[in-house]
Amino acid sequence: MYSQGLNQSDPSSAHTSPEAARFQARIDAEDKIEPNDWMPEAYRRTLIRQISQHAHSEIVGMLPEGNWITRAPSLRRKAALLAKVQDEGGHGLYLYAAAETLGASREELVDQLLAGKAKYSSIFNYPTLTWADIGAIGWLVDGAAIMNQIPLCRCSFGPYARAMIRVCKEESFHQRQGYEIMLTLCRGTPAQKAMAQDALDRWWWPCLMMFGPPDSASQHSDTSMQWKIKRFTNDGLRQKFIDATVPQGLHLGLAFPDPDMRQNAATGHWEHGAIDWDEFKRVVAGGGFCAAERLEARRKAHDAGAWVRDAAAAHAAKRAARQAANPRIAA
Amino acid sequence: MTTTITVAATPLARLALARADDALILGHRLSEWCGHAPILEEDLSLANIALDLIGQARSLYTLAGAVTGHTEDQLAYLRDERQFSNLLLVEQPNGDFALTIARLFLYSAYIDPYWRALGATDSALSDIAAKAEKESGYHLRHSAEWLIRLGDGTEESHRRAQSALDRLFPFTAEMFDPLPDDVAIDPADWTAEVDTILTHATLTRPSPAWQHNGGRAGRHTEHLGHLLAEMQHLQRTHPGATW
Repeated sequence: MYSQGLNQSDPSSAHTSPEAARFQARIDAEDKIEPNDWMPEAYRRTLIRQISQHAHSEIVGMLPEGNWITRAPSLRRKAALLAKVQDEGGHGLYLYAAAETLGASREELVDQLLAGKAKYSSIFNYPTLTWADIGAIGWLVDGAAIMNQIPLCRCSFGPYARAMIRVCKEESFHQRQGYEIMLTLCRGTPAQKAMAQDALDRWWWPCLMMFGPPDSASQHSDTSMQWKIKRFTNDGLRQKFIDATVPQGLHLGLAFPDPDMRQNAATGHWEHGAIDWDEFKRVVAGGGFCAAERLEARRKAHDAGAWVRDAAAAHAAKRAARQAANPRIAA
Repeated sequence: MTTTITVAATPLARLALARADDALILGHRLSEWCGHAPILEEDLSLANIALDLIGQARSLYTLAGAVTGHTEDQLAYLRDERQFSNLLLVEQPNGDFALTIARLFLYSAYIDPYWRALGATDSALSDIAAKAEKESGYHLRHSAEWLIRLGDGTEESHRRAQSALDRLFPFTAEMFDPLPDDVAIDPADWTAEVDTILTHATLTRPSPAWQHNGGRAGRHTEHLGHLLAEMQHLQRTHPGATW
């Protein structure tokens, strides 16, 4: 869902060759770069890192929401949540495939995740404690993801841009679904409304952090901007998200956990209080509340599934051998 | 405020509830895999199958509820363990991937021809059956293909697949216990279908010394209570709330 990898483009992008000049000219002309086109190594590396982090985020993101599939409070909600988490898995698959067009295999990328060497969005290191968290994730986390991802539909790398068009359609559906969960809770019993408020209290600040460090502290945006992988600054996107989300929260009758939040009468923007960047740094560095168990869950699934993957490969090899031995049989 | 409901069992309601409970409980079990499957493609497939089954359950509960005067959620979330009439087979815990696949296969090999037969009658369930058959055909194919891969894969996968079949076979005869006003599936046809796949999979059909039943009468294994406790907890904790 998320693209904090946007903040880590490779700074070693000095390129002066004729190919590099042509490449940049195509990007400036809003041409799409395709997998077989010439591209600077740093562009390739940046995209592999960003797309794979995005894919990992989808896969790890299945865990906090999957945590409520078996406890969803109605059959309709259960089906919708299961379909949603399945969508996230589909996004992951799609994104790994996009990364593969750049020459990085899914196995290699997954190994990096399991070894703790690759990052995924910090937001998934927060726990889902109540059913309202499922509403809040859809409304806020997917809402923030959409802000990040709509510009990626115009990303200069064709496969990523096209993947994002489809992903954004689904995310937008998830966002509305999440908001509808919140609305139902806020119109429900006092206990349900309190559950919704508590979820907003816990998810609001981590969601603002999803856009990455403030522009004043973000070092690598320039190259990504020049390559049109990234089109807006962290602070710009964060502001768009806040401006879109605050009226929605007020409509729910909820209070934002930010005593300093106010609307600037002159600009119309909602201004927020200080973000705890120390918390953000800690979570990104691996110190998130659920970081250990998220990785543990992924490793456990991977290790426990090894014999299944081996079996599938062994069977495929046997079939191929049978077919080679006797081409007339259907193995 | 409604906390636990009791259902007056007309023959139609009993039939619809039994089939709905089978679909819901198996769908719930498969949904437990979401995010934890051996490969990403299976995360998607198992979730897909779970969604089909939960969808079937919803249609069947709605039909039963029209007879008994309940909503689909009341039937799913407010009945106690002893009122659930699903097969013991479908409530068995997921175990390893081989057990999950074997469970889905044994059930699908029964329910796929069942839906087809029911869809051809003028039963109140015919429309639901006609739709369910399209889904169960895929479930059968998917699980059979995996069973073949596992049986004819490595030594370990063969061992696990055989042990899954051995573990589950004593729960298969219950599928053929008659329900009121129902169509019957010949166990010999089921056995033939199972044998075809097991031959490809180089697996042996177990001949268990005895068979267990009781699910249709609400006498379950100890596993169902835990599943329901988890599934029903929000509805039970907030009686009467809308979600």
